Amino acid sequence: MSNDGSFAPVVAGSALGAGAPAPVSPRNVAHRGGDPNQSVEPMRQQFGAAVRRVDVVWGETTVVIDPARVHDVIRWLHDDTSQRYDYLSDVTAVEFRDLEQPIEVVWHLRSLPYRRFLRVKAQIDRGAALEVPSVWDIYKGADWLERECYDMFGIRFVGHPDLRRLLMWEQYNEGFPLRKDFPLRGRFSRSEQLRQALAANPEARYSKDELSIADAFEDLPADMRRRLTTGERTGE
Amino acid sequence: MGLSPRPDPRFVETSSNEPWITTKLDAFVNWGRKNSLWPMPFGTACCAIEFMATAASKYDLARFGMERQAFSPRQADLLICAGRVPFKLAPVLRRIWQQMPQPKWCISMGACASTGGMFDNYAVVQGIDSIIPVDVYVPGCPPRPEGLLYGIIMLQKKVANEHSGDKSLRNEMEPDPDTQLYIPPSVIDEVSEPFGNSIHQTRSGL
Amino acid sequence: MATTKRTVEVELSTTGLDAQGRPQRVPLAVDEGGNVLTMEAPPGIEPDLSGEHMLINMGPQHPATHGVLRLVLELDGETVVRCIPHIGYLHCGFEKIGEYRQYNQIIPWTDREDYLNSPGNNVAFALGAERLFGIEITERCKVLRVIACELSRIISHLVWLGTTCIDIGAFTPFLWAFQQREEVYEMLEMWIGARLTTSLTRVGGMGADIPDGFTEKLSAFIRGFPKIVDEIDRVITRNGIWVGRTVGLGVMSPEEAVNYGLSGPMVRASGVAYDVRKDFPYLDYETYDFDVPVGTNGDVYDRFLIRMEELRQSTRILEQALKRLPDGPVNVDDHRVILPPKSKATSDMESMIHHFKQVMEGPRPDAGECYVAVESPKGEKGYYMVSDGSSKPVRWRIRPPSFVNLSAIPRMVEGHLLSDVIAINASIDIVMGEIDR
Repeated sequence: MSNDGSFAPVVAGSALGAGAPAPVSPRNVAHRGGDPNQSVEPMRQQFGAAVRRVDVVWGETTVVIDPARVHDVIRWLHDDTSQRYDYLSDVTAVEFRDLEQPIEVVWHLRSLPYRRFLRVKAQIDRGAALEVPSVWDIYKGADWLERECYDMFGIRFVGHPDLRRLLMWEQYNEGFPLRKDFPLRGRFSRSEQLRQALAANPEARYSKDELSIADAFEDLPADMRRRLTTGERTGE
Repeated sequence: MGLSPRPDPRFVETSSNEPWITTKLDAFVNWGRKNSLWPMPFGTACCAIEFMATAASKYDLARFGMERQAFSPRQADLLICAGRVPFKLAPVLRRIWQQMPQPKWCISMGACASTGGMFDNYAVVQGIDSIIPVDVYVPGCPPRPEGLLYGIIMLQKKVANEHSGDKSLRNEMEPDPDTQLYIPPSVIDEVSEPFGNSIHQTRSGL
Repeated sequence: MATTKRTVEVELSTTGLDAQGRPQRVPLAVDEGGNVLTMEAPPGIEPDLSGEHMLINMGPQHPATHGVLRLVLELDGETVVRCIPHIGYLHCGFEKIGEYRQYNQIIPWTDREDYLNSPGNNVAFALGAERLFGIEITERCKVLRVIACELSRIISHLVWLGTTCIDIGAFTPFLWAFQQREEVYEMLEMWIGARLTTSLTRVGGMGADIPDGFTEKLSAFIRGFPKIVDEIDRVITRNGIWVGRTVGLGVMSPEEAVNYGLSGPMVRASGVAYDVRKDFPYLDYETYDFDVPVGTNGDVYDRFLIRMEELRQSTRILEQALKRLPDGPVNVDDHRVILPPKSKATSDMESMIHHFKQVMEGPRPDAGECYVAVESPKGEKGYYMVSDGSSKPVRWRIRPPSFVNLSAIPRMVEGHLLSDVIAINASIDIVMGEIDR
C-alpha cells in the first residue's frame, strides 16, 4: 500500500456522512409492512415495469425483477453512485414444494458505503428455460456461487466463463440434488452410487492444453471449439 | 468384524505343532508393531479436530508411539479415517489404502466413517467398510479423545493376537475389476438401508 | 470513525525483501572472503527450460490443505503460473437435509458444517429461525450467546494459529494453542455436555443455562488467556523466518477484496473495515466496547496479525459480557417453540399437548424468508431460510465465508512460489466442511 505512512481504511457507511446514526441490532421486527430499502424508489424510476414486485418481509426488502433485465438492474445497482452495491453476499436459488410456484434465483447484495442490504429475485416459470444472466462480469465473487447453483439446481448462468459442476464430480449423472424431484437418498441404489463414484478417476486433471485454452480459444480448430462449447468431455 | 472379509486372528486354526520359537517371535514382532504404529490421519471433518486434540498435549498420542504421523500413505501402517467420506472422496480413499504397504490396519473413527452417521443422503458413503476393510470402529460424533484411545488400544490387542502362521492375514483386498467393489452389491445395499426414521424425522411425516 | 494504528517494529538482519519486493532467498554459503554465495547459476551457464510448465496436484489428501482441498497447480519451475482449486470432496448434502428436518433438528447440523465454530453457527441459525418465528429472545440469552460466539471465535482462531504454525514450520504453538482449546472445551462440556459439536442453542433460547462454577471458570480463562497469546506472539510475530515467509504474499487490493466478496480477516487485511458485528449488528454488539483490527497491506502477515489481535479483542468482549450477565430466564416463554418442563409435561394437560405438538409436528413459522448474517471467525456467515408455513424449511441456504474466500485463491497465488501457496492457503483459514457442505 502507501509508503508515506498515511493509511485510510475503507470504512463501511462512508457514503452516509458524519451525522448518520450508528447501526443498531434489530428489535421487534415486523413480519410485513416495514419501510422498504431506500434503493427501491430509484430502481422503480430507472427500470419501471422490470421491477415486478417489492416485498418487505421481516425487515428485509426483496425486489422481484424480470429475468431478462436482471443483469442491467444489478449493473446499475453496482455502478450508480447513489446505490453503490459493491458487495455480493450470495447467489442462490429456491424451489418450492408447491409445483405451481416458479423457481426463484436470489441475489443478496450489500452496499458497504451506504450500509444497505437488498435481495434481488428473478422468478423462472415452470416450463421456461432455466437460464438467468451471470453477474460474473460485475462481481468476481459470483464465479463459484453461480457454479454451485448450477451444480445443485441445473440453472444455467449465461455469460459465466466456466460453468461446470463444482461440488459433485463432473460426470455425475444422478441429477441436480437440490431440486425437489430429486429424492434425499438419490435416485440410484447405494451400490450403484458407490460403483459410479469409484469409477471416477481421482487423478482427473486438466491437460496443459485445457489450462491454456482460454487464452487461445480463437486459434483452435472449429470442431474443437464446438466440442468445448458444448461441454463434451473425453472421459478423463 | 464389520464387512471386512479378513478373519479374526484369534479364531484362526493354527498348526498344533507350532514351535515355541514361532510364538515367541510372533509376540516380539507384534509387540514392536503395536507400539510403533505410524498413523496416517485421513481427516476430513470434525473427527479430525478431535484427532488433533488427541495428538496434542492433554491426551498425547506420543505415549502410544504414534507421534510420528505419516502423511504419505507409503510410510504409514495405520489409516485413521476421521470424518465423513462423500462419494466424491471414495476413489481417493481407495487409492490411498492401496498405496499403503502391508502390514496395514484401519480405524474408522466416528459415526460417519463407520456407517454414514447422520448423513443418510445422496452424497455420503454409508460406511467406509464398503470401500476398504476396517479393523476397529470407533463410535461417537465426534468420539472423545478417550474413545479414540480406547479404539487404538483395541487395535493394539488385535495386533498382539496375530499369528505369523496365518497365511490370509496380509491378503490385500481384491476389488472386482468391473465394479471396483470388493463386497457384493446386495450386501452394500442391505447394510445401507435407511435405519428407522433417518429420512423424515418423526415418522408422522408432518 | 476513529481508527488507531499500531506499528510492529521488526528487526531483521536482512530486509527480507529484495529489490523487486520478492522474498529474499537464503544464501547457500559464505566463502573465505566473507562473500555470500547465492543459488544463481554463474553467468553463461543458463539452462534453457523455457516453455515447459509442470502440472502438479496438491491434495485432496495433503497435510497442508486444511481438509480435503485439491489444488491443481501449473508451475514454471517453482513459480505458480495458474492454480485451479477443486472442491466438493466433503460435500455432504447439508442443504438438502435441511429440507427434511424441523428447525430445532437442524441445529446439530449447523455444528458440523463449520465444525471449528460450532457455538457460533448454532447462534447464527437460532437468530435466523427466531426472526422467522418473530420471537424476541431474553436479555440473558443474548449475553450468553455473545459469550458463546466469542468463545467460538477464540477456539477457531486457535486452530487456525496451530495449523498455520505447523504449515510454516513451527510446531510448538500448535501444542500451546490446543492446550487453550482444552480449557474452552471443559467450559463447553460443563455447559452443554459436548466439546466440539455443541448444539448450544434452541429456537427461542439455549439448550441449557450455564451451570454453577461456569462464571468462575470463565473468569479464570479470561485472566490467563492473554498471557498465552503474548507468549505465542513473542515466539512468532517478530521471528525472521515467519516474517520472511509471510510478508508480501497473497496481496489483495481493497477493491478486489470487496469485488471477490471476501469477508472477515481476509477483507480487513486489505484495509476494508467491514465487520458484521459493527456494520449490521446483532445481539446488541453495538453496546460492547471492542476494536476491529484492520490491516494495511493485504498480505498473509497482516491476516496473521489481525487474527492475533482478534483473540485479544474477543477476550475483552468476554470480560464485558460476563460483567453484564443479567439474571432471568434463558428461554423465551413461548409454548410454540420452547418445550415445557418435563414435570409439567407429564402432569398438566395443556403442557402435554404443547410438548406433543412440538415433538411430533415441530414448531411452524409463518410463511416468509430471512437472511441473517453474523461475523464468524472466517467472515460473513449467513443463513437464508425460506418457510412456507410448515415445520420444515423449504430452503436452507448456508452462505459460507470460506467458500467465497477460497474462490480468490487463484488470484492470490499467481506468481508466487510453491511454498508460498501453502502459506497463502493457511492464511485464508478455510474449513472444508463449510465450503463443501
